[in-house]
Amino acid sequence: MTQINVRVDGASYSDDVEPRTLLVHYLREQLGKVGTVVGCDTSNCGACTVHLDGEAVKSCTVFAVQADGSEVTTIEGISSNGTLHPMQKAFHEMHGLQCGFCTPGMIMASIDLVNDNPDPSEDEVREGIEGNLCRCTGYQNIVRAVQQAAGEMSGRPAAADTLGAQS
Amino acid sequence: MTLVEEPATTADVPQKEIGRARRRKEDARLITGKTTWTDNMVLPGMLHLAVVRSPVAHAKITNVDVSAAQQSPNVVAVFTGQDFKEEQGSIPCAWPVTPDMVNPGHPSVAVDEVNHVGEAVAVIVARSKTAAQDAVELVDVDYDLLPVVLDMETATAEGGPALCHDHLESNESFNFVFDAGDAGTGANTDQAFADAEVVVSRRFVQQRLIPAFMEPRSVVVQPQGDNYTLWSSTQVPHILRVMLAMITGVPEHKLRVIAPDVGGGFGGKLQVTPEEVLSLLVARRLGKPVKWTETRSESLMSAHHGRDQIQYIDIASDREGNLKGLRCRILSDMGAYLRLVSPGVPVLGAFMYVGIYKFPAYRFDCRGIFTNKTPTDAYRGAGRPEATFAIERIMDELAVELGMDPLELRRKNWINAEEFPFTTAAGLEYDSGDYEQATQQALELLGYDELRAEQRRRRESNDPVQLGIGISTFTEMCGLAPSRVLGSLSYGAGGWENASIRMLPTGKVEVVTGSTPHGQGHETAWSQLVADQLGVPFEDVEVLHGDTSVSPRGLDTYGSRSLVVGGAAVMKAADKVVAKARKVAAHLLEASEEDLDFTGGSFSVRGTPGTGVSIQEIALATFAAHNFPEGMEPSIDAEATFDPVNFSFPHGTHLCAMEVDTETGMVKIRKYASVDDVGVVVNPLIVEGQMHGGLAQGIAQALYEEAVYDDDGNLTTGTFVDYLVPSAADLPHFDTGNTVHPAPGNPIGAKGVGEAGCIASTPAVVNAAIDAVRHLGVSDIRMPLTPERVWRAIHQGGDGGDRATAGTNAYGGAQTETTAGVATDASSLGGDR
Repeated sequence: MTQINVRVDGASYSDDVEPRTLLVHYLREQLGKVGTVVGCDTSNCGACTVHLDGEAVKSCTVFAVQADGSEVTTIEGISSNGTLHPMQKAFHEMHGLQCGFCTPGMIMASIDLVNDNPDPSEDEVREGIEGNLCRCTGYQNIVRAVQQAAGEMSGRPAAADTLGAQS
Repeated sequence: MTLVEEPATTADVPQKEIGRARRRKEDARLITGKTTWTDNMVLPGMLHLAVVRSPVAHAKITNVDVSAAQQSPNVVAVFTGQDFKEEQGSIPCAWPVTPDMVNPGHPSVAVDEVNHVGEAVAVIVARSKTAAQDAVELVDVDYDLLPVVLDMETATAEGGPALCHDHLESNESFNFVFDAGDAGTGANTDQAFADAEVVVSRRFVQQRLIPAFMEPRSVVVQPQGDNYTLWSSTQVPHILRVMLAMITGVPEHKLRVIAPDVGGGFGGKLQVTPEEVLSLLVARRLGKPVKWTETRSESLMSAHHGRDQIQYIDIASDREGNLKGLRCRILSDMGAYLRLVSPGVPVLGAFMYVGIYKFPAYRFDCRGIFTNKTPTDAYRGAGRPEATFAIERIMDELAVELGMDPLELRRKNWINAEEFPFTTAAGLEYDSGDYEQATQQALELLGYDELRAEQRRRRESNDPVQLGIGISTFTEMCGLAPSRVLGSLSYGAGGWENASIRMLPTGKVEVVTGSTPHGQGHETAWSQLVADQLGVPFEDVEVLHGDTSVSPRGLDTYGSRSLVVGGAAVMKAADKVVAKARKVAAHLLEASEEDLDFTGGSFSVRGTPGTGVSIQEIALATFAAHNFPEGMEPSIDAEATFDPVNFSFPHGTHLCAMEVDTETGMVKIRKYASVDDVGVVVNPLIVEGQMHGGLAQGIAQALYEEAVYDDDGNLTTGTFVDYLVPSAADLPHFDTGNTVHPAPGNPIGAKGVGEAGCIASTPAVVNAAIDAVRHLGVSDIRMPLTPERVWRAIHQGGDGGDRATAGTNAYGGAQTETTAGVATDASSLGGDR
């Protein structure tokens, strides 16, 4: 067992973990942060994506001990005082989710994408989130959501969209 | 949860909810991580299961040594097939498609023989998941290897390789035949072919696919005395409860099944799984709560697969392109066992091979074959994508043979708008639609003429990147299903759906539905239905589902049935509520029922403005029951069960423009346009989302996905590294549109949308790729269209070949040829073998 000290979603934790414990298992099983989920075992699906010191990581590919001394943000920590993060709001507005299992990881990856590229084109969004798999949406509404959130996050007016009008 | 703010409605006039692009109620918990996936559950004293799985495809188990595993730290127990053989029964098959269908029986944990890689051979029970997984490697199983059966075409040949199950006489499970001539729905098929001027025969391969829902399966069981609560990531909590009771002997009324938030299914969670049975058996044996959650690799290897058919298709016409007959001979790979509806999957397709066309004669002959592979079962579309692929691919081949435009050939033979309702040679009565209208709209959406012009330019300039356009004009049977029809097909259950509505004293409404969602947005769409019917605010409706104690009657979610059947039950229940409330209103307003109008949630006496009582006031008056009509029970709640009389038939035209790099074999979808008619649309946002998702999965079959086995029967695509679920970068933008021809068979007029995109898109994509390179001599490319296969088809001929070692993936065999004139030898391709 190794002791780690981490801040997760704004709260400090000090815990003993096995060296082999993955960050995602630490979050889910020791901290009860079950908003972050496990979708695969080969780091392909991205469902477990969280932010480690502000950068998106697949938390199944990080050992808990590697997060020692770091700040972790999960899907449960991005809305504040009951106000949704623009990315969460955009996924809802643009119908960017169906079953919702990939959604926490998809949102966390998308925030990181927009932090790096505040005005991504459709192709840039598609390439930017290719490490996150969704089986339900066909991605089109996710792309719309990311672009809408990018606009809001950088203060640009929202572009007109034909959502729900089938185009 | 009020985190999600709805956009304020501007008008005071109540807007009709049906047809409105309501943002989903479900999202609030899903976008904030406040979800209840089964794997999130933690119970006091809960133990964790890990399954030891067979590494070999076919063997006798001669010994299982669990002693080392039992001594592993924190392991509580280890169980083998010997421990459970008296109580585990067999995984049920609810669809014996023929009276003489052979079912080998399907133990949840193997007792003395394993029949596919990934089959359970032991279960570890430990205090933590990691302790259980650590002990998996300590179980020592001795296998006496047996020959493996992998190739469907040789599996039933004389002197074939071996038997998949030693105790059976052959590798054939069933032979299901539908002949329109015999059924009285068409002419004699053999005569039609004998008389035909043109016959085209093809052999198509529907590769094996994996549903690959994003949430891995998970089961939690809590024993409480002699009661059991079982949470499962399932599409079918009601079916699961009945089946588990029958299998394990836990009485049905002592078993509660809950499907909490479920992360996708696509047919893959329409199952009674060995792990659900084992979790219940272990919980009963130990009297402790248990949890089992699979890894992705386990899921890909042991959750049921889909498709996997070889299709021999013959089509007959005259020289002018008037269709004369269709003959389909199908080999359908069941895998090693029959699961819940394995044999029914190809049979669901049996009635759809004629597509939207007026065939005078039709014959379907399907053999279900056992191989030493993971069992197959429902996957989005289930039988209908295979049928649609076959007919839409061979229509293109016939067009080439006749020298006709593929669209003209279709137009010449499809059912015209004024001919509905139309009974096909397969005996189904198509309800409504207009294929011409959808096609015209799709052509405009694609920019068809301009792309055809570009295709010509690229041909003429010998551009290394060629362009092709693929067409798929499809229909499907949805809204499963009329119970009587299911009965006539020997299905083990009905097709009705149940709903009830509870009017609460404060005027809020609880809607209970038997149709269990896993991403489809039932909570939102059902709220819209009820808001309109009862005249209550959308926000005041709560939809309850997925728990056999909360919604005791239901048949769950599959086959694009939820809105068409389940939504219809909700509408009927709402009508009953209004009828009861009308009696109370008449009493309170001292008027006769016939003189009352019900609009906007209020009853008023006709011609007397200002009078009125709202349905919410009536709900409160019913709660108090102080002043109630004489002889009436103090309740306006209602329940309804809807059993459709017919299927519904969504249709549409899908067009794909595809660029094919003839030098590298790389394909790229240039544009995809589809126009679908799914009947009346309750929520255009949800419908569009379902279309997108279906398109993605149908395109994925055409371009990316394939479950491949090596010649020992090992799944070589057992992780997401190897099994290519497409990412955002792999898929195009979709241009979708719709036409609306209401379904006459249900009170909503909806036809079903869940499977449409997946059924229609695959042939459009493959037809497009072939259209791009047909002038180079290519007439078929095997799915998925990997660059290697496309390159081989262009440069070496044939259909691109197998990805796996020759002969191991069941899809070997000769490239088929077009035969013009009377089909004599064609029957050797499409006829008996």
